[in-house]
Formats: sequence, structure tokens, C-alpha cells
Amino acid sequence: MMHARLEADDTQPLIEVDNLLVKFDGQTILRDIGLSIPRGETLALIGESGCGKTVLLKSLIGLVNPTHGDVIFDGQNIHRLNDRQLTKQRIRFGFVFQNAALFDSMTIGQNVAFPLKQHTNKPLSEIRDIVFQHLKEVGLPESVVWKKPAELSGGMRKRVGLARALVLKPDVVLYDEPTTGLDPIMSDVINELILRTRSKYPVTSIVVTHDMRTAQKVADRMIMMYPAPRLKDAEPQILYDGRPEEVEDCPDPRVTQFVRGEAGQRIEELGAFTGD
Amino acid sequence: MLAAIQLALFNWLADWGAVAIDCVVAVGELTLFAWRTIVWTFGRLPKRETLLPSFYQVGVMSLPVVALTGTFIGMVLAVQSYYQFRELGLETRLGAVINMSLVRELGPVLAATMLAGRVGSAMAAELGTMRVTEQIDALTSMGANPIHYLVVPRVLAMLLLIPALTVMADFMGFVGGYFYSVIIIGIDKHFYLYNSQVFVGSWDIFCGLFKSVFFGGVIALVSCHQGFYCTAGAEGVGKAATNAFVYSFVMILVIDLVLNIGLERVYMSLWPDAIVSIGGG
Repeated sequence: MMHARLEADDTQPLIEVDNLLVKFDGQTILRDIGLSIPRGETLALIGESGCGKTVLLKSLIGLVNPTHGDVIFDGQNIHRLNDRQLTKQRIRFGFVFQNAALFDSMTIGQNVAFPLKQHTNKPLSEIRDIVFQHLKEVGLPESVVWKKPAELSGGMRKRVGLARALVLKPDVVLYDEPTTGLDPIMSDVINELILRTRSKYPVTSIVVTHDMRTAQKVADRMIMMYPAPRLKDAEPQILYDGRPEEVEDCPDPRVTQFVRGEAGQRIEELGAFTGD
Repeated sequence: MLAAIQLALFNWLADWGAVAIDCVVAVGELTLFAWRTIVWTFGRLPKRETLLPSFYQVGVMSLPVVALTGTFIGMVLAVQSYYQFRELGLETRLGAVINMSLVRELGPVLAATMLAGRVGSAMAAELGTMRVTEQIDALTSMGANPIHYLVVPRVLAMLLLIPALTVMADFMGFVGGYFYSVIIIGIDKHFYLYNSQVFVGSWDIFCGLFKSVFFGGVIALVSCHQGFYCTAGAEGVGKAATNAFVYSFVMILVIDLVLNIGLERVYMSLWPDAIVSIGGG
């Protein structure tokens, strides 16, 4: 019976976003976003700065409350849960923040151990072993556990952030610009870690990125968003939803412009150096 | 001409309306924040590892500055009061006026002001930085409630330790006042201590400590609120730290006035003949 239920659940999308509208101070950030993410998929969310990618990512976990619309995670509407229920669902997510968001006042070891101490009753010796194991998985030596986040490089901090996100064995890992600010080699190390995480743990991943190399390397599916204020009346905010290798064939010039990284008419639209 | 005046009047009203609405919203937000903090404080006590750093920051680290401030205030009071009291031939009453001022007003208010400057601003800056660098979001995403984890320990530390710091400020003020009055000026030690003892009662000490608990609560809540809802960037953090001190200080003075009026009424209702008897004595 249980097995049958699991099979039925597996056919359902793990995350569904329905008609999501988010406004800050009267300005529309997300407009009627609809999205369905199956279990085990790695989805790349691309789009220019300010188009609402991070807001969408934070809406999935209830860090941003939408003005309208629903986020259904595993059959439950995230924004209609009480605090206790929301906490239960949140610990099924791992969130890798743009600048890692490690707690400054704690050591690296305490940072990685934090979710375990909050949500499990494991003895300290077991927590220590799990922390060492996860740091090793992201390629960090045991010696970093006593260091403070400020003593690590940006790449190391992101890897600690990934270790912390994985420590409770989440169902979904959300990556917010995981390679931003890193050199090309370290960017590729992070890409490899995303791929290895997926192969080792059965996670669904959502990767917000500007980096086309990252999107093309790690994603099964790619979505491109466009800033809501620049859309025409009834245009959808998602301009592309498809396979990463086919994105260059998209007929929408705004998509190909972004993928190729061309300024095009944007410099004129911005009005830069118009006084010269 | 009339249309221009109407427009100016309309704009003036709109500006003041916006200010009034902002004030109501700010008070509402702070009230909700305080309510959530109270609910979490009584709902579940924070872990020792989150309480101890806050207690250390508020209590241990503030001790030197509060003690130093208290000492100098005691001495300054002696310097300021001595010449006027000497003119009246009442210099032996210096102990009474110094210690009464310290215990009732200056000890609690100055200890609270020092804490608002030293601890309140630091709380706002720390929580503001955590907000700006997404550490509060990280905490929330890991299923920890940031009010319970970050705010409750700070509020508890302030509520429980500010009376102790006030006692320290009072004591050091007494030492400073005694040092200047007795050692430097040479007022008779016996009369100085006798008058201090006669005029400063346990009610005065209670009033000072009672007020300090409210000061501590308001400093912690206002400062944490400012940091918690800090706007983006370094400017936002700086503004939160500045506002935390300014708003806390204003609130300290307002609460001081309100509580003084209330405590005087309580005193008069409990001991209606007390003032007459002191005057008669």
C-alpha cells in the first residue's frame, strides 16, 4: 500500500508554482509565474539581473511571501502552512546562498553542524563525524573546522555552504548563483560538485545563475526569465522553458541575446554616454 | 492663485499624513515584533550556547564602561553641588543629594544610555549585517526561527542584567561622590554617610531598579527591530545602528517620565504621610 502511494507520488511534480505574483513597494517582480518541477530534475533559472530569479527561489521556501499565487511542495501549499509545518518542510530543502551566508560568529564546524544540532538528537561525536564527512565530500580538509568564515576564500565558503545545505540530506537543493565571483576553475569545481551531489543523493536541484557554462553543464532543463516591468501587456515572464542545448535555437531574440551575452540595444536603452 | 494655494495646502496635508501613517506603521511593526518576542520567550527558552554569548556581551563587556560612567557622574555631582550647598551651609547634606540623584535617576538612566550606545547599536549593526548578508534568511531556511534564535537571547540578557549593571553604576557613583566629597573636599565622613543613609531608602533603590528593567527591554527590542528590518547595504546597517541608539534614548526618557509619575502616585498612595514626615524631620 505504502509502495503504491510512493509510486503515485513519484509521478507528481515535486514543486508546482501556480500563478505567482510578487510585488515589492508596488513594483511587480514576479508576474503570473507558473512552473512544474519533477522529482530528480536539475533546473537552471537564468535571466538578467533584477528579473526575479532569487525572489522566485526564496518564494519556493517561504522566505518571500507572494502577493498572490501558490507554491505547492510535495502536495502542500508552502504559503498556507503554520510555523511548525513550514519548518518541517523547510528542512527538506538545502539552500546554497549567493555569498554562502555562513554565520560569522561561528566556526566552519559549527556552521555545518548547525542544522544537525537544530533538528536531530544525534550525539556530538556523530555530528562531528557527519561534519567531517560532508566537508570531505566538498573537498575541504578537516583543519578548516576551527576556522571562521572570514578566514576562507570565496570558493571555500561556497563549498562550506554546500556542505551545510546537504547535511540534513534534503530532497531539494536550491543554489543561488553558485559560481558568481569565482575564477573559472573554481566555478567548474562548483559545477562538478553540483553534478556529484546529484549523482550521490537523489535530489531535485534548482540553480539560479547568470553563467551559461554552469547552466549548460549541470541542468536537465533551463528556464529564462525576463524583468516584469519590461514585459509587454500579456507577455509571459518566462521566455524560454526547454532543454539547455536547444536554447540558442529559441526564436525570441531576447533569449539568444542573453545566451550569447550581447549588449545589443541595451546600451541605448540604458542611455549611457548619451551626453557625449 | 487660489489653485496654487490649494495645491500647496493639499501637499502639506499629504506630507503630514504620510508622516503620521509611517509613525503608525512603525509602532505597529514594533508592537508585533515585541509580541512575537514575548511569545517565543515564554514558548521555548533558548539554548545555553545562544544565551551565554549575549549575557557575556551585555553583562561582562559593559561592566567597565558602566562603572567608569558611574564613578565620574558621582564626582561631577559632588563638584556641581558643593558650592551651592556650601552657600546654604548644607554641605554635609551632599551625600543625600548625590546618592538620591544617582539611585533614583542618574544611575538607571546613564547605565541604560551607555548600554543603548554600546550594546544596542552593536545589536542593530550585528543583526543588520546578518540581514544584509542573508544570514537571517539562511537561519530561516534551516528551520530555525530567527526571533527565537537571535532576538530572545538578547532581550533576556538585557532584561536580566541591566538591574545588575544599574547597581554597579549606583555603587561606583557612590564611591566617586564619596571620594570627591570626603577625600578631596574634606566633608565630614560621618555626616556624609549619615545623610546618605537617612535620605536614600529602599523605595528609591527599588524605583531605580524597576525602571532599569523597562529600559533594558526597550533597548533590546528597539535595537533588534532596527537590525532585523535593516535596509540593504552598508548605509542601511549604519542607519540601523544610529536609529537604534536615538530611538532607544528617546524611549528611555519617555519611559522614565511615565514611570516616575506612576511610581510617585504609588508611593503617595502607599505612604501618604511620608513627605510630611521627612519635611518635619
